[in-house]
Amino acid sequence: MSPRTRNASRATKRASVLDQRAAQPLATTNGARAQSDRIGVRKTYKLYIGGAFPRTESGRSYEVFGAKGELLANASRGTRKDIREAVRAARKAQAAWGAKTAYNRSQILYRIAELMEGRRDQFVAEVMAAEGMSRARATRAVDAAIDRWVWYAGWADKYPQLIGTVNPVAGSYFNFSVPEPTGVVGVIAPEESSLLGLVSRLAPVIVSGNAAVVIASESRPLPAVTLTEVLATSDVPGGVVNVVTGLRRELVGHLAGHMDVNALDAFGASSDEAATLEEVAVENVKRFVRPPTAGLARYDWMADSAQSPYLVGEYVEIKTVWHPIGS
Amino acid sequence: MTLTKKPESRPAPNSWGLAAGDNPWEYAPAPEATDHIHIEPEYGLFIGNEFRPSKPRKTFTVINPATEEPLARVAHASKADVNRAVGAAHEAHRTVWSKLPGRERAKYLYRIARIMQERSREFAVVESMNSGKPIKESRDVDVPLAAAHFFYYAGWADKLEYAFPNRDPRSLGVAAQVIPWNFPLLMLAWKIAPALAAGNTVVLKPASTTPLTAYLFADVVRQADLPPGVVNIITGPGEIGMELVTHPDVSKVAFTGSTAVGKMIARAVAGSGKKVTLELGGKAANIVFDDAPLDQAIEGIVNGIYFNQGEVCCAGSRLFVQESVYEPLLDKLKARLGTLRVGDPLDKNTDVGAINSAGQLAKVQELVESGIEEGAEIFQPDCELPTRGFFFRPTLFTGVSQSHRIAQEEIFGPVLSVLTFRTPEEAIEKANNTPYGLSAGVWTEKGSRIFKMVNAMRAGVVWANTFNRFDPTSPFGGYKESGYGREGGVHGLGAYLDLSGSGSNGR
Repeated sequence: MSPRTRNASRATKRASVLDQRAAQPLATTNGARAQSDRIGVRKTYKLYIGGAFPRTESGRSYEVFGAKGELLANASRGTRKDIREAVRAARKAQAAWGAKTAYNRSQILYRIAELMEGRRDQFVAEVMAAEGMSRARATRAVDAAIDRWVWYAGWADKYPQLIGTVNPVAGSYFNFSVPEPTGVVGVIAPEESSLLGLVSRLAPVIVSGNAAVVIASESRPLPAVTLTEVLATSDVPGGVVNVVTGLRRELVGHLAGHMDVNALDAFGASSDEAATLEEVAVENVKRFVRPPTAGLARYDWMADSAQSPYLVGEYVEIKTVWHPIGS
Repeated sequence: MTLTKKPESRPAPNSWGLAAGDNPWEYAPAPEATDHIHIEPEYGLFIGNEFRPSKPRKTFTVINPATEEPLARVAHASKADVNRAVGAAHEAHRTVWSKLPGRERAKYLYRIARIMQERSREFAVVESMNSGKPIKESRDVDVPLAAAHFFYYAGWADKLEYAFPNRDPRSLGVAAQVIPWNFPLLMLAWKIAPALAAGNTVVLKPASTTPLTAYLFADVVRQADLPPGVVNIITGPGEIGMELVTHPDVSKVAFTGSTAVGKMIARAVAGSGKKVTLELGGKAANIVFDDAPLDQAIEGIVNGIYFNQGEVCCAGSRLFVQESVYEPLLDKLKARLGTLRVGDPLDKNTDVGAINSAGQLAKVQELVESGIEEGAEIFQPDCELPTRGFFFRPTLFTGVSQSHRIAQEEIFGPVLSVLTFRTPEEAIEKANNTPYGLSAGVWTEKGSRIFKMVNAMRAGVVWANTFNRFDPTSPFGGYKESGYGREGGVHGLGAYLDLSGSGSNGR
């Protein structure tokens, strides 16, 4: 959040950008006059922890501005305690999520896509406001995010056949290796790509049965919060995805250092940030995914290469099982 | 081999007719010949296919832990030597090895495997002399498996595109590899074989107490005519290992050893972009249900914790016994401990050899004392130990609680902690109650229970109705604080490749 944007005229701009009706012009059947007569009902952007929408325990918030400097909303300024609560919720939810059949997880991820599709216009308006995109570009980004859920939904019951192996050991044993979710995964969402970037990182984490604690984009958190509303209504069990908004510098270190987090996706971190986080993450030997070598500035989230079953493989453990063959 | 039965025998409380701790078997010595072994008085660092003294010239003594006699002096590498070794590896990667077609790399690896097989007896004897492990283990496990690793990964060298389709696999560059003293040659093979198959060059640092088979391997590298600089081996203390892994021209770091040192290494290379795999400590649960075939389970328990003197990261050091079979199992186990032959590693009858070093022996003793102090009950068979060398009796503790140090900390010695459970759920809860997650064992005749337990274990390798089996095709590695990455199989190959791909967001 840059100080220059603080001068924006709040009252008028805010109403015009994210009031629900303005966000969904296609759905409006009233005349323009009737619309302007009514005072819009604004949304409070809250955290998403354990399937509920608490405000941050700190009671604090920070202002979120649009690409043109207009105030969009106040977002929750989450704290270390919120991160801890989120990790606890994730740990509690993970075993049951990981134990669901792959077919079931597949359908639930597909359900996320279905519900996002229903809110497509809202997401487009939020991404436009957050990222300063044209409607056409924002629409492409939202569509790609929805399609990404569909794509990963399909991997739930297939990636183990890609990553698992049957091992022809030199002896009378049946031996195979299967992937299992690593457990609780921290996700540092990309700062720039508020929705597509987040979905691109989150879907491969949860498709295998991990639970996630996400730190949303600091400057563009609102699409992430709206995504949590989709998750809450799409059969994703509470606690499987937890989203904390706030100032990254106040949050990322606590997530990276948390002893009950098994892996950290720092793909969305800056390279300086990531170097520090990688060191902190060693404390409990976290699996650590680094930012791309070339940096995120030129990263193409729309590309097919932003999705991969091998990304699912970054957040699984390979378990090898031996059993004698005999009578 | 001659067997003589002891004249006196006592009443039989169990199926072998043995009292706990009683050993009716006495074996005549069956020592492995050492006259065909040639150990140089001094080994230089192996850099660019030549043995060279360190700069400044400095050496340290390597001993036989079974006799405490010196075996050789080896070079003590300096930071300048690390630079030389990495430089040689870097140059070899750039000019030769990365350009060599995979099928040609494969043939070098096949050569190495064959030469290791040809010289297997020599390797086995030197390995036992230097590490203290019984000759029957180095002969039947370490050396054949090491050769098998080279043979297995040789075949991958020209098939990388099939292993990783659509990922444009490429070698990483110089791999820095630091290995422990418990399986000196086997760990070398686990490290070097996949690294070379993937097209990397290596600088390997063996543990400072066990460098001799690594230098013997260096001679194999020369016999195989590998291009100079593809394999480099340097010796020295831990600080030299740290210099090696943090060297800027190193692209890949592979470490096997303690969790504490693994964390130091991971912190030191954080932010460098080096690809890292860590194979760290363990505190494996070996779980025996009441329907298990008890005699087989006893052998599995013994193999699980007394194999290689218990100096095994995946050792089954926590035995969980279902309460209903606790007493018969303990009787059998104690009797079986009495039949273990502890002593000269070069004797072909020896089951338990020497602890690798005085330092390790002191650590084992300290932890065993903590077990007694914390109130666990100790059992050791009444066997004679050699008067020289670092020996320790096979030991088991009963009455162990979850919070005891001997149930929490990796002992890395022939010490078993026995705990009990009633239900599968309790066994799962207790077994997973550790920061480690390397391996686990399950003993039951019920198939569905095997898979329930296998699924529930937070461990990278689960042995069901067996224990401590290894194979080059079989991925090995840990969950949680036992490390990350796998060694063995196609998974172990991927750990040595840049798989970031060539798409729009690729490298």
